Amino acid sequence: MPTVTMTVNGRNVSVDVEPHTLLVQALREKLRLTGTHVGCDTSQCGACVVHVNGRAIKSCTMLAVQAQGADVITIEGLANGSKLHPMQEAFRDNHGLQCGFCTPGMIMSAVDIVKRKGNDLDEHTIREELEGNLCRCTGYHNIVKAIAAGAKAMKSGARA
Amino acid sequence: MHTFAYHRPANTRQAAALLAKKETKALAGGQTLLPALKLRLTSVDNVVDLGGIKGLDAIQAKGRNLVVGAMARHAQVATSPVVKKALPALAALAEQIGDPHVRNAGTLGGSIANNDPSADYPAACLGLGATIVTNKRKIPADRFFKGLFETALGRGEIILQVVFPLPKCAAYMKFPNPASRFALVGVFVADFGKEVRVAVTGAGEDGVFRAKDMEAALKKKFTAASLDGIKVPTRGIMSDIHADAAYRAHLVGVMAKRAVAAAGG
Ligand SMILES: Cc1cc2nc3c(=O)[nH]c(=O)nc-3n(C[C@H](O)[C@H](O)[C@H](O)COP(=O)(O)OP(=O)(O)OC[C@H]3O[C@@H](n4cnc5c(N)ncnc54)[C@H](O)[C@@H]3O)c2cc1C
Ligand code: FES
Ligand code: FES
Repeated sequence: MPTVTMTVNGRNVSVDVEPHTLLVQALREKLRLTGTHVGCDTSQCGACVVHVNGRAIKSCTMLAVQAQGADVITIEGLANGSKLHPMQEAFRDNHGLQCGFCTPGMIMSAVDIVKRKGNDLDEHTIREELEGNLCRCTGYHNIVKAIAAGAKAMKSGARA
Repeated sequence: MHTFAYHRPANTRQAAALLAKKETKALAGGQTLLPALKLRLTSVDNVVDLGGIKGLDAIQAKGRNLVVGAMARHAQVATSPVVKKALPALAALAEQIGDPHVRNAGTLGGSIANNDPSADYPAACLGLGATIVTNKRKIPADRFFKGLFETALGRGEIILQVVFPLPKCAAYMKFPNPASRFALVGVFVADFGKEVRVAVTGAGEDGVFRAKDMEAALKKKFTAASLDGIKVPTRGIMSDIHADAAYRAHLVGVMAKRAVAAAGG
């Protein structure tokens, strides 16, 4: 059984996996980081988005063994103790979630959008960038508002 | 997913030796192979991850060509200052593939090796008359794409890079399928002066193809109006739940004109 050694949310971990274990399975089932969700079988919904070496990817479409040596950030790695990350805070303030199933992926994508596109995001940019994240509840409107607000809040010295 | 043995060779020679075995597939960005394995549409005994081979994602302008490594991710091509300067149409095409997460993983080599009839990169390769460089030979795009999900690649053959000749101007226009973002129809046009090339993806029953009538008309004068009156025949055009052949054929004309206009013609 292959062993994968990686950094997850700043912690060094080694996990035994099968060659065909997906990164999301290793995170959820081996490391019990169940904040990362699985919403589809077809690599389309984005509920599983995490950051690998600084890039947002779908962890259901990457083998765990491919993450050997990688630096992985999941939704659990965003908050600072009990203090929410500004993007999480913004989703709460703007009612950016209903059932919450899509939310971890939305927030990980949102933080990545800010990294690539900056803190002043217009609605069109946000909607285009959310192409790979599906939500069955909200109609997206408040998600878009939350991301615009979260992006601004991230400017004031918060870590990503 | 059925299980398999996983290999991560450090160079192309080792990778080619591993890939010479039966029931073995290369893994690049995984954005096509892994979904297919997950749905058990395909199964393999060995997966050979090309991610451990250094330098395969390099992007360079070399004289009158742009050379893009097979492992260059879509996001890399979309944001590369070298691509944006030398061949902005290619950067714009890469930016339209799938979604940000797919673009952060999927690669040029994986896309053209897969040769999905609705994929974007095959249109750029054929539309620019690119050369596909493998560990064994150099294959002109005109002889590389062989029909639905079929290419000229043999067993153990690995795409290393794609050499794109630089045109005077070029543009890609895509009518995305609103659900999947793959091309319902996409048209790549390139004006090289002595030659004009028009490649169509998303529409052909045998995958990407060149629209030779359009090329001839545009060679006389590179302007959208040159395409007036050219009717795309529906024979050989795909019909499916998303669009019938007549609609797709019509879209080819519309997208071609828009591409010529966007290229400055
Ligand atoms: C949600 C979603 C949306 C998408 N939307 C689009 C879209 O709009 N347009 C579009 O064009 N594509 C789209 N794609 C496909 C995407 O572009 C894939 O990244 C691409 O088709 C395959 O590239 P890959 O690097 O992921 O290859 P992989 O999945 O790793 O491999 C694909 C195939 O190519 C072979 N291969 C890979 N690299 C090489 C090489 N160097 N030499 C020889 N063989 C090789 C593999 O063995 C495999 O058979 C989408 C995918 C998803 C999941
Ligand atoms: S679980 Fe749906 S994209 Fe990963
Ligand atoms: S809040 Fe329910 S899926 Fe988005």
